[in-house]
Amino acid sequence: MWEDYANLFIKSIFIENMVFAYFLGMCSYLAISKTLKNGVGMGLAVIFVLTITVPLNYLIYDYLLVDGALSWIGPEYAELDLSFLSLIMFIAVIASMVQLVEMIVEKFSPALYGSLGIFLPLIAVNCAILGGSLFMQIKDFSGISEAAVYGFGSGVGWFLAIVAIAAIREKIAYSNVPAPLKGLGITFIITGLMALGFMSFMGIKL
Amino acid sequence: MKKENIKKPSFLFIGRNSAEGIFSKKNKKLLSDPLDDNNPITVQVLGICSALAITVQLKPAVVMTASVIFVMACSNVIISILRNLIPNRIRIIVFLVVISSLVALVDQFLKAYAYDVSKELSIFIGLIVTNCIVMGRLEAFALGNGVWKSFLDGIGNAIGYGVILILVAFFRELLGSGNLWGMQVVPDFLYESWYVNNGLMLLSPMALITVGVIIWIQRSFNKKLIEKG
Repeated sequence: MWEDYANLFIKSIFIENMVFAYFLGMCSYLAISKTLKNGVGMGLAVIFVLTITVPLNYLIYDYLLVDGALSWIGPEYAELDLSFLSLIMFIAVIASMVQLVEMIVEKFSPALYGSLGIFLPLIAVNCAILGGSLFMQIKDFSGISEAAVYGFGSGVGWFLAIVAIAAIREKIAYSNVPAPLKGLGITFIITGLMALGFMSFMGIKL
Repeated sequence: MKKENIKKPSFLFIGRNSAEGIFSKKNKKLLSDPLDDNNPITVQVLGICSALAITVQLKPAVVMTASVIFVMACSNVIISILRNLIPNRIRIIVFLVVISSLVALVDQFLKAYAYDVSKELSIFIGLIVTNCIVMGRLEAFALGNGVWKSFLDGIGNAIGYGVILILVAFFRELLGSGNLWGMQVVPDFLYESWYVNNGLMLLSPMALITVGVIIWIQRSFNKKLIEKG
């Protein structure tokens, strides 16, 4: 039981890393990784939102949208399959959750809001968040706790990636990079090399 | 009394006080700019997630490009029509609703008529919703410009995105599996003598490195794109 969760957690961090294996959330990954401080803030915000939205979307998908999910209302609803609505539902949940989280954080923890605040609106359009929910739909988890572990693990994986690249970019500012490759170009190539490194986790069976 | 200075909405396809033709120089620039000087991927850094993941083969890349062209053109037009009615505070949610309904349309269409490709693209069609190109152009352009211009801007940016996508997919499929569009193009006698496919090109890290090299080449020709510092 606990082993399964641990396996899923490790798998979602390293083997199925959002950035290096699926390229999700690349836009904010490239845009906000110029300094380590911003990278950490954005990474924490992603962990936070993924851990909340993936289980929430799991509940919505499992009890409202999937084929035959509505049978708890009455037998005449058992035929309904609303899964074509999943995309719109997921994105609506994410957008409203982000707004809600922003308000709650602002009310109860101004210090946290100061460091996370500016990143929260960016999260609604971070593909890693929607990607987490869509993968959850494909993977067919057996319970809400599994979905929560998956969401948290994916968030941690994304956090690791952005912190690593931000630290490298801070260092590389002092290196002699060819002018046309400066900035974006070299970041792409470094990310490629890092992804190559992460591929060594791929053969691991858990 | 203060003279009212409210901008009149121009719902028509061409702004009411613009005497310019449908394909004036300015409008042509909207189409051609995103191809090089203002390319969404290599310069604006938008929409990278999907660009990298589905470029192993040419076919999914072309399907993806077509879907993005459709979604961008339609969403730009819709938001441009509604731009004076959308309250500023909830605009992101309005954008998301418009985009996600269009994407759901594309998704269902592909499932019905091109099931193999839609299986291959898996969640990446869904991820057009959060593709920052669509959002970015809605926010930066369609919210402040007329319908026809927004339409051109949408098409132009989607094509700029598609050009990079197809370029990357072309090299990855050619070098990685010796095929183009699923058909073998590297002749058999080469394989028999010395040639071996570079399997590394099929793996995800090479997509990043290929885009990095494309950026490098583009910036060494187009010097004004080079980043300072």
